[in-house]
Amino acid sequence: MTTVANSVGQKKGFGATLWDWLTTVDHKKIGILYLIGGGFFFVLGGIEAMLIRLQLLIPNNDFVSAGFFNELITMHGTTMIFLAAMPLLFGFMNAIVPLQIGARDVAFPFINSLGFWMFFFGGLFLNLSWFLDAAPDAGWTSYASLSIASTGHGIDFYAIGLQIAGAGTLMAGINFLVTIINMRAPGMTYMRMPLFTWTTFVASALILFAFPPLTIGIFFLTFDRMFGGNFFDHTAGGNTIIWEHIFWIFGHPEVYILILPAFGIFSEIFSVFARKRLFGYSAMVFATVLIGFLGFMVWAHHMFTVGLGPTANAIFAVATMAIAVPTGVKIFNWLLTIWGGSIKITTPMLYALGFIPSFVMGGVTGVQQGAAPLDYQLHDSYFIVAHFHYVIVGGVVLAILAATHYWWPKMFGTMLSEKLGKITFWFFFIGFHMTFFLQHFLGLMGMPRRVWTYMDGQGWNLFNMISTIGAILMAIGVIVLIINIIMTTAKNVRVGNDPWEDGRTLEWAIPSPPPFYNFAQTPLVRGLDTYWIEKQEGHNGYTAAEPVTDIHMPNGSIIPFFMTLGLFIAGFGAMYRVDHSWGLAVLIFGLAFTFLMMALRSIKDDLGYYVTKDQIRRTERGRD
Amino acid sequence: MMKGLKKWRLVTLLAALTIILSGCGEEYLSTLLPAGEVGQDQFNLLLLTTGIMILVMAVVFTIYFIALAKFRRKKLGDSHMPKDVEGSHKLEFIWTAIPILLVIIMAVPTVYYTYKLGDVSAMEATDDEGNAENLVVNVTAKLYWWEFEYPDHGIVTSQELVVPTGEKVYFNLISSDVKHSFWIPAIGGKLDTNVENVNKFYLTFDKESKDLEDGVFYGKCAELCGPSHALMDFKVKTMSPDKFDNWVAAMKETEGATASADSADAGEAAFQQSCLACHAVSAVGTSGASAPNLTTFGDRNRVAGFLEHDKQNTIDWIKDPQKYKPGNLMPAFDSLSDEDLDAIADYLLDLKVEE
Amino acid sequence: MDLNTKFTPQSWPDHPETATMEAKNKFVGFWLFLGGETVLFATLFATYLALKNSVPDGNEFRTETLFELPLVFVMTMLLLTSSLTSVYAMYHMKNYNFKAMQVWLAITGFLGLGFLALEVYEFNHYIHLGFTFGNSAFSSAFYTLVGTHGLHVAIGLVWLTLLILRNAKRGLNLYNATKYYTFSLYWHFIDVVWVFIFTVVYLMGVVG
Repeated sequence: MTTVANSVGQKKGFGATLWDWLTTVDHKKIGILYLIGGGFFFVLGGIEAMLIRLQLLIPNNDFVSAGFFNELITMHGTTMIFLAAMPLLFGFMNAIVPLQIGARDVAFPFINSLGFWMFFFGGLFLNLSWFLDAAPDAGWTSYASLSIASTGHGIDFYAIGLQIAGAGTLMAGINFLVTIINMRAPGMTYMRMPLFTWTTFVASALILFAFPPLTIGIFFLTFDRMFGGNFFDHTAGGNTIIWEHIFWIFGHPEVYILILPAFGIFSEIFSVFARKRLFGYSAMVFATVLIGFLGFMVWAHHMFTVGLGPTANAIFAVATMAIAVPTGVKIFNWLLTIWGGSIKITTPMLYALGFIPSFVMGGVTGVQQGAAPLDYQLHDSYFIVAHFHYVIVGGVVLAILAATHYWWPKMFGTMLSEKLGKITFWFFFIGFHMTFFLQHFLGLMGMPRRVWTYMDGQGWNLFNMISTIGAILMAIGVIVLIINIIMTTAKNVRVGNDPWEDGRTLEWAIPSPPPFYNFAQTPLVRGLDTYWIEKQEGHNGYTAAEPVTDIHMPNGSIIPFFMTLGLFIAGFGAMYRVDHSWGLAVLIFGLAFTFLMMALRSIKDDLGYYVTKDQIRRTERGRD
Repeated sequence: MMKGLKKWRLVTLLAALTIILSGCGEEYLSTLLPAGEVGQDQFNLLLLTTGIMILVMAVVFTIYFIALAKFRRKKLGDSHMPKDVEGSHKLEFIWTAIPILLVIIMAVPTVYYTYKLGDVSAMEATDDEGNAENLVVNVTAKLYWWEFEYPDHGIVTSQELVVPTGEKVYFNLISSDVKHSFWIPAIGGKLDTNVENVNKFYLTFDKESKDLEDGVFYGKCAELCGPSHALMDFKVKTMSPDKFDNWVAAMKETEGATASADSADAGEAAFQQSCLACHAVSAVGTSGASAPNLTTFGDRNRVAGFLEHDKQNTIDWIKDPQKYKPGNLMPAFDSLSDEDLDAIADYLLDLKVEE
Repeated sequence: MDLNTKFTPQSWPDHPETATMEAKNKFVGFWLFLGGETVLFATLFATYLALKNSVPDGNEFRTETLFELPLVFVMTMLLLTSSLTSVYAMYHMKNYNFKAMQVWLAITGFLGLGFLALEVYEFNHYIHLGFTFGNSAFSSAFYTLVGTHGLHVAIGLVWLTLLILRNAKRGLNLYNATKYYTFSLYWHFIDVVWVFIFTVVYLMGVVG
């Protein structure tokens, strides 16, 4: 029993290993990088959340100061959305989608690496604000009048950090789209694609159309704050409502960018652990596309109280409610998938089963907020805090945790402990409902969101205290997960191709973890749930579409890392240009460095290399 | 028959919901205990949507729990192979059509109320003599306080909104620095105070506030506006139209009131020295002051909108406002002697227009 | 892929820009990228329209008095012509006529450079009049929209120069055919955006 490492080389020193990860363009490794980066920021955002809840434990608390509290809420929201939830999902998309469609890599391995480094350096830039100045403090939405008025460099860190990370996200989106359009194995028609691939596809399309407005919005903010622009200064003719529109034209699709892949993950899990094909597959695909489409039509429901007038409010209210229909279709199809199945309660399935009631509650409160006149009461109250945490935590985070347990063996070749996994689930699940359920009522009882503290005697004390205790339970759940990961890695019990035994899609037909070229021969796809079909016919593995031939693979490159480093340096220059004369020089140097790297990439022929038939045969034999 | 039964079920559900929901919160602050028509409309919409949503959840949870109980591998055996079902057009149709119906049921009142609550056409209406038919209040939100101007009466006040009961009160909302949002939860939903345009809406106050625990409704800022966003509270006094007219008259009588440096009252003299440049003590005027109008300070329920209304808090506030409301624009007056502070506090607490 | 494969006009594929897997990916990816760019410019246009002539009290810069159509018309002609010459270049690429392609692309580049020079002159002129980036919300929106387009032209010129120079010795192959093709797509896109700028900003600005 030899490992894959043999085919790549012998055991490497630390320097070589580091170089390998810095230059990698392998989608599986980049997936792991995304998980590490996203996981780090997830813990960071979680610590911020804990500080927020501790401050709100009792009335008139002075555990943190008012200004610091605003930095905490801003960074918690920004970190969780941009630097934790999305990258973690990208991690699974990277690691799994090419396997599901029978591809050897993504369409643009180089850009894939670039996208990761831009996310990582953008996140780093944003978080350096804690040490270098003050963190941004105008909320993750950074509404213009406040974000323009905010002193210090906090908002500058927000603008430049998100600009860099956002560009990376856009690249990742285009990459997934092209991968899915062009790189599907023979026979993998669109209507045979696993739901996770489908949702990745639609979410990537949303990224493509939603991120450019964010880019522009942040440029306006940057210009206004650092380069004398007047977009949001009403005394010079500017208008702050423009920011709100641009932000939500991005921000609402962003919610679907997060939740659609989560839907995909759960669709896979339900089907596998109910041992039954997904009920109403084509309806599920249609509902995914429809949700993605409607996602662009409803942004102004975040702005019902801005004063857009009754006609705009009425239109957006009805459009918002319409989204309930395709979402409902999905819920019922999941229910009918497990109905009549053979349900095995594994950790991933436990998360999927916990997701249904949690997400349904988050969904129905969403419809309530869609009713504009009712939203006049709910908007910017704790009700909305409860709502979006039910959707994001009850939907996206549960999906990320489920996927972690579900695909861990495929990505790392060893199973996370089921026992600890279930302990994590129960702490997290109970803690989650404890934290957020009562917040609906806090909102209805008149508590505005984003409040640093609250006075005694408003009837909010008990619910806030329960909420904080719930948050502690969630934190315990996450700590148990981390222990689980460490223990599992230490034990390192290897598993075979299909450790859950009920795998249905192509990724389970190849070794865990897969060899660097994924498929020794390109697979032939003969229907939905390819691997399940093969298993039903008594095959182990997949049907090949071609004989063993040389495989073309891309070269690794350090250029993505350096390109991003240039932008990272330029960011500091742009920000400190206002205070220091050296700022401009640093800005120009950083940009020039990035352009130089781009030119290098453009001028050099990078044609990749071939893995020969012999090498493939040797690797595959070593495995058996 | 079935239809009647369903209707009856919905009514009981709604009745039960009303009871459960109204158990929550304080009368002067909770959206669940509406004290005005706007809030009541919104509460009714909350009941309707909650009712429908609970029905939906009941259906989902029933299928969910039955499936969970019936189709466990533990019971069916490890080798059990369920039958693969591709889907069902009939079912897909049902769970598309029924939600569409439910959405329509919710959409109709939503659109109706959106237009109803957005109707401010009567704002400018005048009677034959050219007097305004409706009370209009101009609200200006500032870091971190509220200014209320009554343009038809030529008076202005701050921190405490005084309004008559039983009639529509129209509001012009704007902010003078960063965006805020004007919210009186027990009376009705909020509207933002933008920096670049005036937002208009109305509220109706159906209950006199004197019977409430503090004698006032609580108002909140609902848009993050800086460090002291949480403390940007205001209070609302509602009273019968007669009493309101008296209050307006009393406010008008303060015309020309000022503080004199030569006053025998040491507090008034000190106030003239240190405070009058920013804080007016006459209610007659328009909005646009740099600091809250203090004409009715003695009538108020809170110091700075949120502190207990007593002398010590008044003194503490004047000495170090940043300690209590970080980021507000009032400078600290810690150089004032204790005697002066004491006298100013006494003077302020005596500033009243209500009897 | 073997770069040393020698093609003749006969063996050269009909669609060299999508002849290999990498080329197909680049082709589709670039179209998608242009889709994103469209949304990006749409956001800029929407903002410009919202802030058009929105100035503080006492500021007299307006579209009607500021813009001069003759100059902008010349710029438009330059860019439209450059789009046409890039079409010629692509025609020659499909016929495996490397020299002609390079020449037509060079002409495209010079026309683009002319456009850019006139734009720099135009901006410089406005700034001398006092219509600076920070003059008003209108000026910020104007410079950002038109400037972003100008930046795209500049980036396109750098890209083109690199393409022409790096391939001068290598000649045409299936590796760089896509690069040339995506450049021409990009150039057409810039041209289309300019047509919208010319209409929305200048024509509608002057006519009122």
